[in-house]
Formats: sequence, structure tokens, C-alpha cells
Amino acid sequence: MRHHIIIGNGIAGTTTARHLRKHSSEDRITILSKESDHFFSRTALMYIYMGHMTYSDTKPYEDSFWAKNRIALVRDTVLALDPVAKSLQLKNGGALSYDTLTLALGSEPNKWGWPGQDLEGVRGLYSKQDLEYMEQYTAGISGAVVVGGGLIGIEMVEMLMSRGIHTTFLVREDSFWNGVLPAEESAMINDHIVEHHVDLRLKGELDEVLADDHGRARAVRTREGEEIPCQFVGLTAGVHPNIAFLKDHPVIETNRGILVDELFRTSAPDVYAAGDCAEVREPKPGRRGVEAVWYTGKMHGEYIAATICGHPKPYDPGIWWNSAKFMDIEYQTYGTVLAKCPDDERDFFWRDPEAQRTLRIRYKADGEQVTGFNLFGLRGRHVVCEHWIHRSATLAEVMDELGALNFDPEFYRRFEPAVRQTHGGVSTSSPVQKGLFTKIMRSLQPK
Amino acid sequence: MSLDFPTSDKSLSLVASHANLDAIQKIGLFLLTFGVVLLPLLFMGFGGTKRFWMLLAVFGLIAMGTLVHTFRTYQKTPPGIRNDNMVRHVFTSGGTGGWMLGVAITAFYTLYYFFPNTPPYKAYTALFDPVAKLFGHGAASTWFAYGATYTFAVLLMGIRAILRYRHNRYQIVRTLVVMAAQFGLAFMIPHILSGLNQPEFYPSYFWPLEPKSMWKNETQWIVIWSFVAVLVITPVLTYYFGKRWYCSWICGCGGLANTFGDPWRHLSDKSLRAWKIERVTVYSVLVIVTVLTAYIFIDRTSGVSEWARKLYGWFIISAFAGVIGVGFYPIFGTRVWCRFGCPMAAILGILQKFFSRFRITTNGSQCISCGNCSKYCEMGIDVRWYAQRGQNVVRASCVGCGMCAAVCPRGVLSLENGPRDNRTPEPISLTLPQKSGIQAAVRTD
Repeated sequence: MRHHIIIGNGIAGTTTARHLRKHSSEDRITILSKESDHFFSRTALMYIYMGHMTYSDTKPYEDSFWAKNRIALVRDTVLALDPVAKSLQLKNGGALSYDTLTLALGSEPNKWGWPGQDLEGVRGLYSKQDLEYMEQYTAGISGAVVVGGGLIGIEMVEMLMSRGIHTTFLVREDSFWNGVLPAEESAMINDHIVEHHVDLRLKGELDEVLADDHGRARAVRTREGEEIPCQFVGLTAGVHPNIAFLKDHPVIETNRGILVDELFRTSAPDVYAAGDCAEVREPKPGRRGVEAVWYTGKMHGEYIAATICGHPKPYDPGIWWNSAKFMDIEYQTYGTVLAKCPDDERDFFWRDPEAQRTLRIRYKADGEQVTGFNLFGLRGRHVVCEHWIHRSATLAEVMDELGALNFDPEFYRRFEPAVRQTHGGVSTSSPVQKGLFTKIMRSLQPK
Repeated sequence: MSLDFPTSDKSLSLVASHANLDAIQKIGLFLLTFGVVLLPLLFMGFGGTKRFWMLLAVFGLIAMGTLVHTFRTYQKTPPGIRNDNMVRHVFTSGGTGGWMLGVAITAFYTLYYFFPNTPPYKAYTALFDPVAKLFGHGAASTWFAYGATYTFAVLLMGIRAILRYRHNRYQIVRTLVVMAAQFGLAFMIPHILSGLNQPEFYPSYFWPLEPKSMWKNETQWIVIWSFVAVLVITPVLTYYFGKRWYCSWICGCGGLANTFGDPWRHLSDKSLRAWKIERVTVYSVLVIVTVLTAYIFIDRTSGVSEWARKLYGWFIISAFAGVIGVGFYPIFGTRVWCRFGCPMAAILGILQKFFSRFRITTNGSQCISCGNCSKYCEMGIDVRWYAQRGQNVVRASCVGCGMCAAVCPRGVLSLENGPRDNRTPEPISLTLPQKSGIQAAVRTD
């Protein structure tokens, strides 16, 4: 009977533990966390703040699940890791020895050395503790500034707005998240942010956070010298792997993250790294070394458990995909859609003139094989996009089979006819199938 | 400090997504509160010939207040899911305010169902006489007044639901249909018929929800309708569309839950324990009412089975469906009866689970386990359990309200009717061998 220890109870660590148990009914499994007693969905932190859910609603498994599956949960902080003796030094619980160790340490918010970044009332948003801090420091306040226009930034803005707090959104770029989003989509999100009465400052950069007499943030000063009064400052300029305690570790090699091979093995024997904190040494084409998203963390955990239990399979994450929600606009992406279209590729782009809905299909300039999809305000079918990209379907084939993409709820205005029209005239093959029920119900629906 | 009960909340609104109420919203709230405060007057039996105006005034205040507040609230925000503050608000969090409301509604219901002839209820019923006269009745009966009040609640809060979910066409269409079903099938038709000296026939209720039809000899066509509805129409529609065609499109209980009850839909218990209890109770009720029906039917001429009729009618339909079903909205969520007691839901559930094309499709691996789907499931299904495994949801209890798909921030869930082949494919695995090919049910509706 081996003892598998996992540090970190986020999605990567939890998935590792669950899959270890699936593969092995005897081995001892322990998850260490300094953040929380139980696994919760980090992506749902915003909904706790906004009052959509309570903290316990964000736990994907009931508390009894862990004992039932014989996964021990330990709340402690790891001080040191000795890969030779295969042991961990804990803050409260002495030492623990392992047969295998999985590091699923997550991320930390970036701080770029701004003056005043460590004042009271200034904080990023990643952990449960960050949320508790935000809860405490935004209670009853009237104004806040969020610095950094990415996924967490816009979530934080939405959170603050839900409490009626006047929020200024400092985005360094000249359009929201345009390092990732193509210009049209990015512009649509700018409009949507403003529509929510957010004080959006594009090309807005933080110069300094100013303190009051008690060392608490009272305003920010921008590069242009403008002072924006506020009682809370959210720092959301990206995240980096949370590997401070492994810095200069004699055995475990790190770069931006903990370096791992295609089986997620670190440079120490029987030590693996998963999720946000792992950096794949040789990422597959179209993928990056560090990918701090929920979905990759989940995949890493599954691969590590298989490797540890004697079914090693080299990491193959398939096509890139991701999703987000920008206030009310849902976003899904499949395959590779870089902000700037490469020279050997072309874009098909459709925007609904009446709604905030767009579809972008990227394809090869010669041959027209599709390589990526961006959907805003539309729901697309994951397997269908993956299938098209894998079999190098052409744009024309995609247009023919477009109905298979549609994952919108019933009675939604279908985008296929308009998309096909934009693509070039009226389509001749595979019209949208509609049953009698749909026809009757459509005649009932308001225009 | 507790995360679940933050202290910074200043909102007093049931629905406001911004903590700050403006003047128009406050006027709406004031009118609504004023109307609710005046409600007891309707039970005091004064007013003489003017009493109908009193009813109009109180209901008018409640309607005006609700509409002004709702219109203004949603006018201030772009369309989208607005569940801000639901788990904190005094009336929607299942806390003290919820218990107070729950006890009040339960008490009202208990008295209404079991003591309809006491002076306050007689007074209330009499208010509806002028309306009843329009239908050709001499005076309003208890159930006429009850039906009118119920329909009022469905229509008024139906408008609110449409505004609240105005970005979602499934919710708009469904709410319009459920409002029409309550108004037409469960109010107008039975009362027009009874005004014409015909039996008070409710087309949307049949066995096992309308047991009387089974032993009333004089209305054979109603018995025939009941048989056709439950033995032919129900299996066919459930095969094509799932349980939802009834539970969240036609049924008045579902109608009230999805309109009047919408602010409390998230209070349903999502635990495994609740699911276990549900399976025992809902199928037990089905067995009990089936046995009772058989007994009553066989014995229908002798009158010996009177006790069985009482048990069926009073205990199951009145106490469980009426009192507990609605009274507990602000405490245990809106579908307590539908989930734990309704024999019709039990039948539909069995059909849905084993003989239906309906499923909630999970979109590949896009789930982020946030829990919104489970939280806003009025039937207490832990939708996330399936979604995060990449597995389709096929559950007997699902009423197909579509709210899990609506609140999902990542577009992971979709209600679909599709071929029964591969309706629930195995969860996606990256490291274990998989069947090849597309596992999606491509939409056919």
C-alpha cells in the first residue's frame, strides 16, 4: 500500500485524488490544503460575493464524499519538501512521508511593483481568503478601482457593481483583453462593459495607490496623473504559478512554473506537478507551457493518476478550448483563434446586427480547413467543433453542417440562416430541421 | 467572519440587482406593501355592496406595486441572469423572514382548505360574487374564490418571470403557456362549464390528480377523458418532450411554482439524503393512491369507501399538494409537493426515465463545477454532478424548467429531445479507451 500525497485541493489536486482512487482501491490518499477544508469551485467565488450562492453551494462534493472514498483531507501548510527522504514538513502536523507526491499549488495574483500595492484595501482575487478580504473591505464602500483587464478583472467589476459600488476599470490596453480577443469581439465587450455603467478606462494605467492616514487605500493615481477616489483596489493583472516555497529548490527544477515532462514528472523522483503551477517543458503546437485554466488542471490530474497507477499516457490535451462570461455575454473558444489573424489564415466573421452575438471561424488561406472558432452570445457544441478541427473540415463543410454546432436553448433565434447568408448567398443543402412542435411554439413567441 | 452572511447588504428588494433603489422602485414597493398590509381587511366582512371595490383596490395595489417595481428594476439592467442577493435577502434566503412567510402562507392555506366555512373565509369568498355572476353562478364558491386568487398570482408573477428572464426565449414561451394554461384550462373552462350547469371540468387535471372523476358516475365523459389523458396522451407527449410538457408547461402547481414561487426556487435541498427520501415518498404516494382508487372504483356504489375518498382528497391532495406544497415555498423551495408527493409526477418520471427522448445534454468538458445549475434547480437535482463528468442528465424528477441551462455561465447545458440511442453516453475519459465518433445528440426538434 502506497501513500499518495497531493498538495492543493483545487480542481487539479482533487481530480488527481479522485482518479487515484478510481485506479486503486487500497492505496492511501491524502490531500493537503492551507486554503479550505474541502474542495470548492474557485470559479464560483464571484457568485458567493454576488449572493447567487453560498460558500457551501460551491462545493462540488458533499462533505461525506471524502470519507466514503477514503481520501484524507488535512488542513495545514507545507513548509519544506525533501525529495530524497520523501517527506514533507508541515506547519502544525509535523512530518509526513509519501510514496508519490503531486504538487497542485495553483496561482497567485500578479503584482507589478506598483507603489502602494500592499496597502490595506488592495487585493487580488484568487483564493477563498482573497474573497473574504474583499468581502470585509468592500462592506459599505461607495467606490472601487479594478486594475487589469482580463478574465478575473471583469469578474471583479461585475461583483462590485452587483453591490451598487461605483467601479472604475483600468485597462492598460486600448481595448478590453485584445491580446487574446480579435478587435471586433473586444470592441463589443467594451460596449457591454459601458452598458453596465462601469467607468471603463481604456489605456488606463495604475501609477500609485494612495493611502489615507491609517494606511488604507483612499485613491489611485493613474499614469495621466488623475486621482480616482476609492476605498478598495482590485489587482487583476494576471496570475503566476504559486511556487514561492520551491524557489531555488536543490532538486525540483522551476522556470515560470514547476517544469514537468509529458507524464507530469518533475525533476524529483515520484514528484508530479499539476494545474496552474505546472509548466510543460515541451508543449504541443498551439498550447502553452503554463495554462492556468480550470480545464487543463482537470486534465492534468487525470493523466497523473493514470501514470502513478501504472497506465502512463503521454499528455495530449487535444485542441485548445476555453470559456468565460463577460457580464452577460457568454464566450466559448475552440481551437486556436489568436487576436491577430496569421498571414496564412483567414477569418469568417458574423455579427448579429440586432444582438450581441458573434461567430468567428478561422481557416487556412489555401484549402479553407477550419482551425478555430470564437463564439460570443452563442452556445456551440464542444464535440462538434473538436470533430471539425480534427478532421480538417473546410469552411464550406462547416456551413453545410452548421445546425450541429447550435447548442442554444430551444426557441432561441437560430443563427444558422444569417450566418450562411453572410458566408455567401442562400444555402442549398441541409436546411435547419424544424418539427411541428417547434413551428407551433415559434408562432407563439414574442417578436 | 462568515462568507455566507456578509454584513454589507443593504438591499430590501426581492429582485433588485443593484443595492440602490430609486424613487420609482420605492413607490412600487410602497404600493405592494400597502396592498399586503390591507389584505386582512378582505377577511373582515365589511363593506356591504362596496366590498367588490375593496377587493379591486387591494388586488390593484398589489398588482400595481409588483409591476411598477419589477418593470423599473429590470429596466435599469441589461437583460441577463440577475440572481444577485438571492441567498442573502431576508425573504429569499430561507432564514427568519422565509420562515415567517412560510408559516403565514401555511396557516392561510390550512384554514382555507379545512375551515372554509368560518366567517373570515366566507367573507373573503363573498368578495368574488360579482366575478362569479359573470360566469352565471349565483354566488362565488370557496373554490371559485380560491381559483381566482391563484390565477391572479400566476398571471401577476408570470409577468415578473417574463421580464426577469426576458433574454431567454425558452423561459418566455414556457411562462406564457403556463399562464395561459392556468387562466384557460384551470379557471375559465371549468367555471364557464359550471355556469352552464355542466360539471366543473378541469381539462388539465386528471387521474391521479383529479380522483373524483373516477367515482362520479354521472359524468362518464370526464372519466373517459381521465383515462385517455393518463393512458394515451401522457405517454405519447412524455416520449417526445419529457415530463416537462406537463410539469412546467401545463400544470397549475408547476405554474404557481415557476411564477409566484420563482424567488424561492433555489431553496430546494440538493443533498443525497433528500434524493433518497424523495424516491421513497413520491412512489409510495403513487402506490397508495393507486390502491385507494382501485378500492373506491370497485366499491363506488356502496358508499363504504367514503373514508378512502376522504383520505385521498383531504390528506393527499389538500394537505400535501395544497398546504405543504405552497406553504413551504419560502422555506424548502417551490417544488416540495411535485418532488416528494405528486403521483402524476411519479408516473411522468418513470416514463421520462425509461421511455423518453428528453435529456439535458452536457456540452463536452466545458463545466467549471460552479454549482449554479444545482443551486437553481427547483427539483433539488445535483445537476453539477452530471455536468462536471461530461454526462447527460436523465433524471425522473427533472421537470424541464430549463433554469439550469439558463443560469449556466459557460453554456454547458441544453434541454433536448433527441434519438434515444446513446442518450446517456459514458463520461468522457482522457486516459481510458473511448468509443470513437461524435457522442452528441444533434438537435432534431
